[in-house]
Amino acid sequence: MLGVRLYLAQRLSAFILAPLVLVHLGVMIYAIQGGLDASEILSRTRGSLWWAAMYGLFVAAVSVHAAIGLRVIAHEHLKLGGTGLNLFTWGIGLLLLAMGGRAVIAVTL
Amino acid sequence: MISNLESYPVSKTKENIDVSIWRGDATGGDFVLYVVPQEDSQTILDVVYYVQRHLDPKLSYRYACRVGMCGSCAMMVNGKPRWTCRTHVQTVLDGNTVTIEPLRNLPVIKDLACDMSEFFDKWREAEAVFHPTKTRDDEIEPISPDSAKRQAAAAAIECINCAVCYAACDVVEKNPKYLGPAALNRAWTLFNDVRDGGQRARLRAVAGDAGCHNCHSQQGCSTYCPNDLNPTLSIAGLKRATARAALKGEI
Repeated sequence: MLGVRLYLAQRLSAFILAPLVLVHLGVMIYAIQGGLDASEILSRTRGSLWWAAMYGLFVAAVSVHAAIGLRVIAHEHLKLGGTGLNLFTWGIGLLLLAMGGRAVIAVTL
Repeated sequence: MISNLESYPVSKTKENIDVSIWRGDATGGDFVLYVVPQEDSQTILDVVYYVQRHLDPKLSYRYACRVGMCGSCAMMVNGKPRWTCRTHVQTVLDGNTVTIEPLRNLPVIKDLACDMSEFFDKWREAEAVFHPTKTRDDEIEPISPDSAKRQAAAAAIECINCAVCYAACDVVEKNPKYLGPAALNRAWTLFNDVRDGGQRARLRAVAGDAGCHNCHSQQGCSTYCPNDLNPTLSIAGLKRATARAALKGEI
């Protein structure tokens, strides 16, 4: 029943992502009013548990959601299957998690 | 003696149509051009019939009822899947030409006749068969036409097995193991049949690797279904049902 589990994981990650994307876009548009440079952004995000939690959750949800979506494309268009398809899915998910996690740590720690 | 011939539709135009029909078999083939006289109220099946009777008796195709009930005569017409017995030439003519091919996503036997085996095998794979819970000696179970389950089943029940939806489905094209809209639509009607005793097996079958979760909701099936059914909606229902069953640990 892998198909059902992947379906649920993708719907759940989309459910998490929808409000987070809106918060991300809203804050971005609001914050750059009147100009904002990198040091000003970092001064607000560093040490903030709230921003770390929000973008940490964002990255985790993206990693799950994108990996499952790309899995379908790889299966249908690249004809990947079996172990190769599972390795591809985990690879994409872990890559996004590592890259996103690194960015979150750099901006909030 | 009074002739009733005057009541028959008579051609007012008698112009010709250029008809390109795919000829070949599983090893390959190509289009062959035929010129067919145009008639009033002429269907695509009439055109194919004319070619076979008057121009090339070796043309192979499949039909039975000619009135949109049996689901035998579906073909690709100008690139779109259609039931040819109920498709008027006038509604699909591209200028003065029409192309007719065998249904997409199914292996060709010869010319316009496809091998429907995999299409119907998938109905069994989807557990799209009735699992009775009573015998002929039991009382007939009353089913209220107003019940939500009966209404859900009724909305999807009028499938004629023509495989138009199967030919319209891009997921079937990319993933040949996918059960396809017709089998899943039928599974949905049985899922809503309160008399059926095979629900867990059915949910397991449609939740497998080739099952309902492969559907991208592109709605090609719903767009081309000649009976205006909505298999995409049925598949969405199966997705919800399997998700609920998985969360409850039932499948």
